[in-house]
Amino acid sequence: MSVLTGKERRIVGFLCNWCSYGGADTAGVGRFVQPTDLRIIRVPCSGRINPLFIVKALLGGADGVLVSGCHPRDCHYAEGNFYARRRLEMCKNLLPLVGIDPKRFEYTWVSASEGQRWQHVVTEFTKQIHALPPAPVFPESPEIERLAACAGE
Amino acid sequence: MRIGVFICHCGTNIGATVDSAGVAENAKSLPDVVFATDSMYTCSEPGQDGIIRAISEHALDGVVVAACSPRMHEPTFRRAVERAGVNRYMFEMANIREHVSWIGKDKEANSNKAFELVRIAVEKLRRNRPLTPKYFPSTKRVLVIGGGVAGIQAALDCADAGIEVIMVEREPSIGGKMAKLDKTFPTVDCSSCILGPKMVDVAQHPKITLYACSELESVSGFVGNFEVVIRRKATCVDNTKCTGCGLCAEKCPSKKSFDRFNEGVGTTTAINIPFPQAIPKKAVIDKSFCRQFVKGKCGVCAKVCPTGAISYEQQDELLTVQVGAMVAATGYDLVDWKVYSEYGGGRYPDVVTSLQYERMMSASGPFGGHIKRLSDGKEPKNVVFIQCVGSRDVSIGRPYCSGFCCMYTAKQAILTKDHIPDSQSYVFYMDIRSPGKGYDEFTRRAQEEYGTQYIRGRVSLIYPKGDRYIVRGVDTLAGAQVEVEADLVVLAVGVEAAANSPHLAEKLRISYDKFGFFMESHVKLKPIETNTAGVFLAGCSQGPKDIPSSVAMGSAAAAKAIGLLSKDMLESDPQIAQVNINRCVGCGKCINVCPYKAIREIDFRGQAKAEVIEAVCQGCGLCNATCPQGAVQLSHFTDNQILAEVEALCRC
Repeated sequence: MSVLTGKERRIVGFLCNWCSYGGADTAGVGRFVQPTDLRIIRVPCSGRINPLFIVKALLGGADGVLVSGCHPRDCHYAEGNFYARRRLEMCKNLLPLVGIDPKRFEYTWVSASEGQRWQHVVTEFTKQIHALPPAPVFPESPEIERLAACAGE
Repeated sequence: MRIGVFICHCGTNIGATVDSAGVAENAKSLPDVVFATDSMYTCSEPGQDGIIRAISEHALDGVVVAACSPRMHEPTFRRAVERAGVNRYMFEMANIREHVSWIGKDKEANSNKAFELVRIAVEKLRRNRPLTPKYFPSTKRVLVIGGGVAGIQAALDCADAGIEVIMVEREPSIGGKMAKLDKTFPTVDCSSCILGPKMVDVAQHPKITLYACSELESVSGFVGNFEVVIRRKATCVDNTKCTGCGLCAEKCPSKKSFDRFNEGVGTTTAINIPFPQAIPKKAVIDKSFCRQFVKGKCGVCAKVCPTGAISYEQQDELLTVQVGAMVAATGYDLVDWKVYSEYGGGRYPDVVTSLQYERMMSASGPFGGHIKRLSDGKEPKNVVFIQCVGSRDVSIGRPYCSGFCCMYTAKQAILTKDHIPDSQSYVFYMDIRSPGKGYDEFTRRAQEEYGTQYIRGRVSLIYPKGDRYIVRGVDTLAGAQVEVEADLVVLAVGVEAAANSPHLAEKLRISYDKFGFFMESHVKLKPIETNTAGVFLAGCSQGPKDIPSSVAMGSAAAAKAIGLLSKDMLESDPQIAQVNINRCVGCGKCINVCPYKAIREIDFRGQAKAEVIEAVCQGCGLCNATCPQGAVQLSHFTDNQILAEVEALCRC
């Protein structure tokens, strides 16, 4: 059982190691209470995130996906989050085309010092997902599988 | 693969809200996991020994530890598995403390979430490959940004260790805020007497190159190999010719220029040397007051300069230097106290800041060491000090304590009595904060020996009455309103991050907090390091601190830089991009997006292919997300690995 039925939704988070992951740590150190739905996957930079990851998660049954990186102009790798910003905005706009409610996906910027902001972001996003119906079940898509497989080899 | 899983209790930090033993039991069902256990303190010596023992007993070739944040203990555990003969990159961490046990009390939900995080760590580890670091040379030169006392200390320590130093200072002279102080607490040492020799050392040290009136334009590169562009602002004076004789300032007809060094107490000339001990001792033209620039004609300084150093046509110069490490010591500025209308908001000439008062008392200041009122030049008899002006005030967004104001206010009260024996000082305070060697004794001396009256309470209004001021406040200990007649009011104005700090942080690629202070790597254990390797912090750029702490931090930053550059070769993180040459179509998109120019085009049997320069790649993965073929993969964060993590969360 991956989520507690009736209590939790499946929310996947992709967090930049240098800022938002640290911000989530800061929130933990400050004991800022948050909902338990979110599962965090650590990535080196928001620019590392291929929109495919987000779509895969949503097609695979995730109720929501949250991406968080460094504030624009404050990227650990100078410009990674600028690329991320374009890709993620584009991704959000394209989600309805595959039949996914764009409210299921948000991206945000949280720095390593912003523990309280992180608490706010998680709480609000979890609320937003709980207000939506459970994730639709998508039939296995061979095309997506093929893409994912060739990306991953 | 044979994976061992270790679930930490971290005492009760995790154990209180996560069923660590249950998670360990469940973990045994995960693929490739042959061993799982829980341990009280996994990072302790017995905890690490437990991992090492399990590796040999169960022939493990991969380890997952579920404990605190990997930002905290990943290096610790990597070393531990390496001691047991397992490649240190065959290790993954699940963060079940900061991200689970500390943010919720629901044990069932927490334990379930912890298990999920272990599951994704296992899935990632199953796709890890052993990696070996590469080595690359570094430039043995340090850039120190800011020439206050912290920067000076860092520069001198590095230079004495034989490492070349480049110091960049925004103002015409180094010395920072300390150079403006008259005396220092708690010894009442003369500030310029103790700082002056250090400034001279900077100027004369063969290993230090000083660029005053300069700012950081841009930074590229990475630890050991930064390329820094410095903007040397036009001062209209050729520094190679200027001897610092001061004749130009004597003859300059524009005598009403704003005196930055003296905090606007008195005026100066448009061409000036900021203060007698300035380093470098070179004249600088303030273009906003110079008649040559304002009115288009004058040229007096050019005529009188005996060496012909004046050059009105001088332009900004850009200078590129290579450095291996950087120390950010950009100091602080005072909060804009004029937001407080109850203190007059700048309308009353005899309501001054503490820093202005330092210049009014200083023998090298505009009054030659005789305290005078700015309004009528009379000697003040009643001096009122107000503390916490712009500190510990949530209403103006400055909730923090500036740390050293209590101490310098006590010092200024003592000095006032020394200068004017028949004067009386009053201090309105919230709390007296004086932790430090000899500090509390010092504030006590101000009260007992020098008769300073301390009134615990805030001031609600200052208003003029005749040529004096009435300071109305509350004495919370007596429970009564008080009014004190004052000739002079000194505001202990709080500290904020130096102007443009966030901008500099962005150039250095380091983080800053919401007040603009630079973020250290770890609050307790890495106060000098930043999250960007090779960039260190010193002084008030990280947060308010007094002179001894700034000096200590300067030395600490130097020690870190020296330690880094003492190695001939630096070890690179092997979690970098790799190109699958069969899949690469030579489109060059990865080359365009790489922020480090770490990918180049090569010719492979007549075809264009991408190649990663291993020592240069910093492992951001931009290329990975950009490659239309999936040919570039970031080791340890491959598409396969991240998708496996996603899969583990969604399909189970």
